[in-house]
Amino acid sequence: MKRTITRLLMAPSVIVLLLWMIIPLSMTIYFSTIHYNLLYPGPTRFVGWLNYDFFITDPAFLTAIGNTTLLVGSVLIITVVLGVALSALIDKPFFGRGIVRVLLISPFFVMPTVNALVWKNMMMNPVYGIFAWIWQSLGLTPIDWLSTYPLFSIIVMVSWQWLPFAILVFVTALQSQDHEQKEAAQMDGATSWHIFRYLTIPHLSRPITVVVMIEAIFLLSVFAQIYVSTNGGPGYSSTNLAYMIYNQALLQFNVGTASAGGLIAVVLANIVAFFLIRAVGKNLTV
Amino acid sequence: MSYLTINQLQKHYDNYHALRGINLSIEEGEFIVFVGPSGCGKSTLLRTIAGLETSSSGEINLDGQEISELAPAKRDLAMVFQSYALYPHMTVKENLSFALRLAKAPQTEIDEKVRIASTSLQLDTLLERKPKELSGGQRQRVAIGRAIVRQPKVFLFDEPLSNLDAALRVQMRLELARLHKQLGTTMIYVTHDQVEAMTLADRVVILNAGQIEQVGTPLELYRQPKSRFVAEFIGTPKMNLIPIDQIDNQGDRLALSVGGGKTSFPVSRLQEDINTNSTLGIRPEHLALVDSDGDLSGHVELIEHLGSEAYAHVRLSNQQRIIVKAAARSRIKDEQQVHINIDTDEIILLNDSDRVISMIAEETVYD
Repeated sequence: MKRTITRLLMAPSVIVLLLWMIIPLSMTIYFSTIHYNLLYPGPTRFVGWLNYDFFITDPAFLTAIGNTTLLVGSVLIITVVLGVALSALIDKPFFGRGIVRVLLISPFFVMPTVNALVWKNMMMNPVYGIFAWIWQSLGLTPIDWLSTYPLFSIIVMVSWQWLPFAILVFVTALQSQDHEQKEAAQMDGATSWHIFRYLTIPHLSRPITVVVMIEAIFLLSVFAQIYVSTNGGPGYSSTNLAYMIYNQALLQFNVGTASAGGLIAVVLANIVAFFLIRAVGKNLTV
Repeated sequence: MSYLTINQLQKHYDNYHALRGINLSIEEGEFIVFVGPSGCGKSTLLRTIAGLETSSSGEINLDGQEISELAPAKRDLAMVFQSYALYPHMTVKENLSFALRLAKAPQTEIDEKVRIASTSLQLDTLLERKPKELSGGQRQRVAIGRAIVRQPKVFLFDEPLSNLDAALRVQMRLELARLHKQLGTTMIYVTHDQVEAMTLADRVVILNAGQIEQVGTPLELYRQPKSRFVAEFIGTPKMNLIPIDQIDNQGDRLALSVGGGKTSFPVSRLQEDINTNSTLGIRPEHLALVDSDGDLSGHVELIEHLGSEAYAHVRLSNQQRIIVKAAARSRIKDEQQVHINIDTDEIILLNDSDRVISMIAEETVYD
């Protein structure tokens, strides 16, 4: 009796959540099997796997997969390595630590679009960007970052945005590190490097796992930075999977192919998640 | 010149004077226990010797070498921490050998030392385990093993038994005593538990508010405290302190009115005049319950039976409360009227500045 009441009371929210998930998913699956282009109103027809075939054989597809992998991988490496290093650096008390911490965390509160605009117009602009000024003052020719190294530029922007998240997690984790362990190591003759290498890094293995998993989920769908800065170009050189799907749906108005692309992305994300959890997930078990 | 000498050691924190001029000499092979209430500076003193805290001024000499400016690892000391501080990601074996591996000792030497330490601490079968797979007592032994492996000149223990349950604590206390006998190394041990201090120590150092209150063998501290602080701190239950109301000099004997009663002892024992601001101290076991004609009288407020003995909390006729040790099976009941005799050989007199007035004991036997 009690169970029934519990279930009844929980039912509305469960049903809403279920619909929330099921309706878009089934709509996407449905769209992916029909010929549905916004430029051709009128009756749609069933086309089977044609949309998938079309998406996969698109010359941009392999580039987009490669770019997505490179983007996710690079940002993960940069944020984890720099994050660990910076958090270890600001773990010890020093004058102005509070301000430094706030400054290190603040990029996370900047909207992705604003982030991209700031980098595009204030840092990387070949005429009046900070980098151009530095290059010029060193007597070098300024680089047009967004067109010369488009994917690298995107990686820099996204890393800048996600580094604070890593730092936030690692700083908190470092504070839970046992102080007496470090002192014991000190008595055992360990240098700061030894303590970092043999105590801090193992202590951080679990937070690193958490950061990698959470960031991987969000980095697979990076979009705003690309949209604002490079528009996926030049050519397809900074197009990732998310941007390619957007391109299909809202630039070419091909809803069918875009839906197929979305489902391919879902499958790929699940494959990544599967291997990720197998590789690093055992760190999470006690 | 003794083995470890501490000279005029001072430690200031930003706005706190933690160690106020510590002077101490320790002989080689001694087991020294630092004891005192929380915040008395005993842990700070130990950590300053270890080098984990820097001293503000003063000297620490170990085996003829001034060490107060050296890095912790260079002082040839090993420390066992209260939380054990085992390295959680290393196995027992790796924990034991960490210092030697850092010092790049040859592998054969490492193996040999780890083997000896693990055998003497019965850790042989646990070498491949991680700290979280060990019980509290086993972790404690690994922490001690990690210190032994380094073969230091002095072992430092920072309240090592306080995280263990009562039964294990007694067992580890015995093991530590045995270890000290076996190794013969100088040990310095910090605790707030006076039972540990009394049972383990060759000499006890009592600290109070950043200063050494008294240094001595456990029995010396018990029998001849130098101050009110030591008299009250050592001994469970506490020593009874009774204000002296009136002093009556009867020629060769001195009669004291205390707690609504009277006691007397030969004047010749006193080395200093006493006055009515003085206090009389007497331990519960040096008071005896008698049927009639006692020195003091009062009624029992509460009786605590401990099995092997009982403690009667007595309110004297002048309303002062004292504790009297009674026989285990005494049939005293609450609210019962009792008479108490004072063993005058054991009384201690405190002057008005809380120092103990020296008395010539009538019988001097303590070794």
